[in-house]
Amino acid sequence: MPQRKKFAADGNVKDQIQKEIEANPVVVFMKGVPSAPMCGFSKQVVEVLKTQGVPFKGINVLADPDVREGEFSNWPTVPQLYIGGEFIGGCDITVELHQSGELAEELRKAGVKD
Amino acid sequence: GPVAASITAKLEAAFKPDVLDVVNESASHNVPRGSESHFKVVLVAHAFASVPLLERHRLVNEALADELKGPVHALSIVAKTPAQWAKASGAVPPSPPCLGGSKA
Repeated sequence: MPQRKKFAADGNVKDQIQKEIEANPVVVFMKGVPSAPMCGFSKQVVEVLKTQGVPFKGINVLADPDVREGEFSNWPTVPQLYIGGEFIGGCDITVELHQSGELAEELRKAGVKD
Repeated sequence: GPVAASITAKLEAAFKPDVLDVVNESASHNVPRGSESHFKVVLVAHAFASVPLLERHRLVNEALADELKGPVHALSIVAKTPAQWAKASGAVPPSPPCLGGSKA
């Protein structure tokens, strides 16, 4: 089994992540997958996005230790929501923006919502 | 516990909040008894005036950087100005239930 490495030593993961964020208008880094989240906070973000009715990509940080342990963003916790390549926030912020209507606005700007 | 005490002290110092509540929610999660890994903090401070939401969270994360690099895996943050707090009548949304999680 290959030795685990912190991905600070390997720019590859960071690049891959950057590509995901740029290629997909809505990305959530989460624990588990959208159909089976493994964390209540991650699940809540998934539920919000489903309620908003937008397509999104879930990236399971548990599937790749380099992703979980690396600092792909300056944010210490997961879930992390990105819209249009921009970091929006974690679960608390996502829920708050959803309730205020600002999330819908961000999704419209990203072109995934009417 | 020591982590809760450290969190409280740091947030007091950084934000001089009107209201500060530090709640250890670890018991609701899939971690050993006595853990200090999952916290909810409720912070009401003038310091947040004119600060956007994401920035407020970033500042809290920064204040608690050591804890987040260490034992704390999850941090729920309610960060309001005194005016917003009054409007919300002090209601704090409940944290979502644990789904088993992982050891990541």
